Amino acid sequence: MSSPALSVSPRAREIRGPSAYGGGWRRFVDLTWMIGSTNYKLTYFGSALGYLWSLVRPLLLFGVLFAVFSQVFRFGAGIKAYPVVLLLNIVIFNFFQEATGRSVTSVIENEALVRKMHFPRMVIPLSTVLTAAMNLLLSLVAVFVFLVAYGISPRWQWALLPLILIPLVVFTAAVAMILSSLYVRYRDVAPIWSVVSQVLFYGTPVIYAIDQVSQHAQQWVPVVLANPIAMLLEQARHWIIDPGAPPAFSAIGGWPWGLIPVVVFVAVCVAGLWVFNHEAPRIAERL
Amino acid sequence: MADRCAAVDVDALNKTFRVPRQHVMTLKERALHPFRRVAVDELAALRDVSFQIAEGDFFGIVGRNGSGKSTLLKCLAGIYRPDSGRIRIAGRLAPFIELGVGFNTELTAYDNVVINGVMMGLTPRQARARFDDILEFAELESFKDLKLKNYSSGMQVRLAFSVMVESDADMLLIDEVLAVGDAAFQQKCFDVFYRLREAGRTIILVTHDMAMIERFAHRCMVLERGRIDTIGKPDEVARRYLQLNFEGHDGSGGIAERTPGATVEEMWIEDESGRRADAIAHGQPFSINARVAVHEPIAEPQVHVSLENDDEVRVFATTTRGVSAAGAPLEAGERVQMRINAVNSLGPGRYYAACSVHRGDVEIVTYRGRACDFISYGADEVNGLVVLDHSVELDRALRAEVGS
Repeated sequence: MSSPALSVSPRAREIRGPSAYGGGWRRFVDLTWMIGSTNYKLTYFGSALGYLWSLVRPLLLFGVLFAVFSQVFRFGAGIKAYPVVLLLNIVIFNFFQEATGRSVTSVIENEALVRKMHFPRMVIPLSTVLTAAMNLLLSLVAVFVFLVAYGISPRWQWALLPLILIPLVVFTAAVAMILSSLYVRYRDVAPIWSVVSQVLFYGTPVIYAIDQVSQHAQQWVPVVLANPIAMLLEQARHWIIDPGAPPAFSAIGGWPWGLIPVVVFVAVCVAGLWVFNHEAPRIAERL
Repeated sequence: MADRCAAVDVDALNKTFRVPRQHVMTLKERALHPFRRVAVDELAALRDVSFQIAEGDFFGIVGRNGSGKSTLLKCLAGIYRPDSGRIRIAGRLAPFIELGVGFNTELTAYDNVVINGVMMGLTPRQARARFDDILEFAELESFKDLKLKNYSSGMQVRLAFSVMVESDADMLLIDEVLAVGDAAFQQKCFDVFYRLREAGRTIILVTHDMAMIERFAHRCMVLERGRIDTIGKPDEVARRYLQLNFEGHDGSGGIAERTPGATVEEMWIEDESGRRADAIAHGQPFSINARVAVHEPIAEPQVHVSLENDDEVRVFATTTRGVSAAGAPLEAGERVQMRINAVNSLGPGRYYAACSVHRGDVEIVTYRGRACDFISYGADEVNGLVVLDHSVELDRALRAEVGS
């Protein structure tokens, strides 16, 4: 029994299966925002201090590192306003570590959604990054209070902070996309990344400054600063805390060395988009 | 029919899963054996599937476990990417696949409803505005602020179903969900199905329960081993599906013509005096009879007998399940006769009897639909499917009060 072929409705669109960001920008943005913000609300839900943890946690970490590296090892000797530099660095790097660390398992954790709903897959890692970004913003409030209390007077360059934060979030999101999609295929990504992000913590001028590297091992400066996050940290120090510190571009040695982190940045972003786009259609089947 | 458009057009759809023999493929293995290909089993879930669903149709998809029906649904819903072929769908589609559709159990009903609503295609504002309606339909108003992990699975399904119903999609995609939830909520779901069907929404229902398909669907199809086996009207397809269920495979993908383990030889109706009849007056005792020949031993046998009317609505069904004498295993070569004594309370019209023999609660050994028919007459002043044992009263005393 075959029925005569009907003419297909003119409204019909082809269903090509899941994709990284298909299905309308509006919905993409709404979903990312809603999932990111509800997860943020959940992070400290049920804890006595609630959102205060966003402020307290980096301060505690700062306290420990400050005690060890400033009082015991005399690390910050050559760095002006070392405590605030350390705090700002920790808050920024903490964002990167938290966002990427959580994104690794994010797709797996949202298995129920991925297997049963059609939605742009990129929402998942992006909402994880968004949650961490909300944490970052709250922590930065604490940093600036601390800055003023320390005696750093506000400067117009503080308004340039978004020029640090936007590339930071974009770079973090790109790394998150690579990690979250690869983890579905290779479960080794989780232990590997936990080691790599530890290495990055010490390989990035968080507890030290790039001037110290150039004093002791000049040849390593381009290697350390090839990392876009290192560039962003140095630039943040220059703009926000210590105008006497070299801007990131001259720290790396000016032209053409300055191109290296830019190339790394662009390469990671392109790779993030490409890998996620490539993996997205099949993620639901591989879970 | 001719002026209607196809809301769903599926053309030569193929989907194969590659299932690695040993699933673990770590980076180390990759590094040690860069050129070794992992042995994979190819599992063709859908093979060359083409069909159309007209706008406003209630379309049923039935198939046994592993027939590819869930894969097809996930392709339609855009969760799986087809290997080849084309799917075109007109309008917005709300999928409802398996239980607890993507809820985060750590969140409250409110957060989940809003997120799910947006996934289904509402704007956040619409989703928030409909929250109360959704909760009311799910009958969960008093559990508004409870985290979903404290909900029972039935409550979660109710909530998910409500979100789908309220999402205003042009097309609903439903994967056997009504197995859960209590009878009252199931009835509510059925009401919704009727309402949406009347409203001309396109609905696709995937199930292995043929009765549900017969009840709602305009058209349906049977999937068997990833191919379309039959497509057509529910009653035609139902027969084919039952056949598939009790016939075995010969391994080549075709269906072996095997003799079933039993045959319904004959069905007939007797009147009060025990004579065969083709018409029974209202209010009269009568009996429905079936004779079954058994060809192979059947443990835990059950014989079901049902009546349907001209509109293919099942009006009555009963079974030997629970009749203690009927529970003994049937031997090969045995003949059994089933007799159901009843009083005719059917409305006027023609009725058809059907009989099936089951092994246990699931397996159908044989089925014969419309094996005989009879006419119920009398009680002309009433209308409807059944004539209840009733009396009519009219209290005239009230009229004066209303008038004054």
